[in-house]
Amino acid sequence: MKKEILLPVWFFVGLLLGVYGILIFASGLAEWSSPPHTVLAELHAPVWWGALLTVVGAVYTIAFRPRGR
Amino acid sequence: MNTGHIATLTTLDMAIIAIYFLSVLGIGFYLKKFAKSGEDFFLAGREMTAWVAGLAFLSANLGSLELLGWAGSSYQYGILAVHWYWIGAIPAMVFLGVVMMPFYYISKTHSVPGYLQLRYGRAASGLSAISFAAMTVLMSGINMYAMAVVMKTVLGWDIDFSIWVSSITVGLYVAAGGLYSAIFNEVLQFFLIWFGALLIPIFGLIETGGWSGMVARIQKNFPGQDYTHAWSTLGHFQDNPMGMHWTGIVFGLGAIISMGYWTTDFLVVQRVLAAKDLRSARMAPIIGAFFKMLVPLIVILPGLLGLAVLPEHLFPESGLQAGQHSYNEVLPLMLARYLGPGLLGLGVTALVAGFMAGMAGNVSAFATVWTYDIYRPFLRKRAPDAHYVSMGRWCTLIGLVISIGTAYLAMSFASIMDYVQALFSFFIAPLFGTVLLGMLWKRITPAGGFWGLLAGTASSIAMFVMVKLYPSMLSVIALSPNAKALAEDMYRALWSSVIGVAVTIGVSMVTKPKTHAELEGLVYGIAHWPRERHPTLFGKPVFWGSLAMAMLLILQWIFW
Repeated sequence: MKKEILLPVWFFVGLLLGVYGILIFASGLAEWSSPPHTVLAELHAPVWWGALLTVVGAVYTIAFRPRGR
Repeated sequence: MNTGHIATLTTLDMAIIAIYFLSVLGIGFYLKKFAKSGEDFFLAGREMTAWVAGLAFLSANLGSLELLGWAGSSYQYGILAVHWYWIGAIPAMVFLGVVMMPFYYISKTHSVPGYLQLRYGRAASGLSAISFAAMTVLMSGINMYAMAVVMKTVLGWDIDFSIWVSSITVGLYVAAGGLYSAIFNEVLQFFLIWFGALLIPIFGLIETGGWSGMVARIQKNFPGQDYTHAWSTLGHFQDNPMGMHWTGIVFGLGAIISMGYWTTDFLVVQRVLAAKDLRSARMAPIIGAFFKMLVPLIVILPGLLGLAVLPEHLFPESGLQAGQHSYNEVLPLMLARYLGPGLLGLGVTALVAGFMAGMAGNVSAFATVWTYDIYRPFLRKRAPDAHYVSMGRWCTLIGLVISIGTAYLAMSFASIMDYVQALFSFFIAPLFGTVLLGMLWKRITPAGGFWGLLAGTASSIAMFVMVKLYPSMLSVIALSPNAKALAEDMYRALWSSVIGVAVTIGVSMVTKPKTHAELEGLVYGIAHWPRERHPTLFGKPVFWGSLAMAMLLILQWIFW
């Protein structure tokens, strides 16, 4: 019987960070004109932090994606 | 206690938390098919790379108690709390990788009590296994309680709801995939903790105008107290807010408590034993050491920034009045200060991830020690491998239920951190001396190991009880009447370890040692390790260990 290959943990890390990144980035864009009442909200952290998460997530997901033999 | 919530979550925040819960459960059930044999379930098939084992090794230690407790301690004691991350961790992690790991790995043991079984026999192993199992469920419950209290204060969540939902999730994914599942999720949690908490120091330093701006604000808010020097205030007990002397930090914390924790606490060592080969097992704790050096960025710095920017002062948990917040709430307060919708959900997920990583570490280690070091040698010696895997799965759930019980027990203690450090000084500090002597000196006998371990643990508990009954004994045990709880813990650990070592050596001198053949692979000088081929300097664990130590020294100099 063919043994199933264990997916690398980095693939799961990439997927979750990617999903979080897209959600947070989108929320940052949506609240751009009316940022929340938090300190330094004018820096629009959700946009650049969300973008960073998306990029890191995409890199890990692509680099460690399951590949057929 | 403040009855108002610090923050309110939006739908997006709740979605982020829900996705996290579904992800960890999904990973657990995906890995169930890979955890069939005992080696798979309890040691993740021994196929983890150095990076995976190293990050899991560190993540299992990053529980909610660690994140919230030490952030609170840095608000209370200033940068002195950083010693638990630097001198109180890095030398021990490097020592584990360079010196001790080969003994654990080559002996093919499944646990630290398992090594004691091979080196000293059933009596010492049984004593250590029972102490460890008790400590694990107590720690796990305290961790659980710490998180539930914060969730109640920050978000208004019911304590019972937080405890049960998070615990059942951890129980399901660990029972499904065993150590595979615990390690995979710990790596995932490591990333979430960093991405969820790193914005706090970034925003804090922007708001204060950098390190010097932060120091100036702290001096203005708390005049006359030094919160930002790690060593220069440790000359006298009364010169610093911790009531600590440098000898307590160097000898009690650096030489005993941290060595005991990082090299013999099976919760963390189990992650390294899952490495795929000896070199990976030696590199894993050293990789962990580099990241450990950075953890103060997301734990200690937020506490210091809290001293600088929070408009209100925080207070000890005991004696809080309406409208006040405790030290332990500094990290959630900082999250709520800077993070809006989405990012706040990520920050709360980081706290929950920290809790789950610590909890999974405890229950998976408990299941292994119970199954292999108590159940198999003492209750059912010969059973098929599948029986022990099944026992491990059930134990995960049973350990969890006991932990929930201890979480409710923890509610009755006034100071959680004091209690935790006391547990370490009872069970971990005496163990280090016994394990190390056994690894380095073939003359040490099974009787010496058992009686040394017993004497160390008993003397530590006796000192703890003595100070509770006769507070004047503090000046004898901690060398000063000005010493505070943490200082007392450090000195108690030091003395109990010295007593344990003395008894181990004394008894060994009058009892019969094991033969050479019996000690093969277990003791320095009689162990034949496979030759590791490292063509370059960069392939050697000792090179990376030395680099970590050099960086540690530079950090001490910078923050002196």
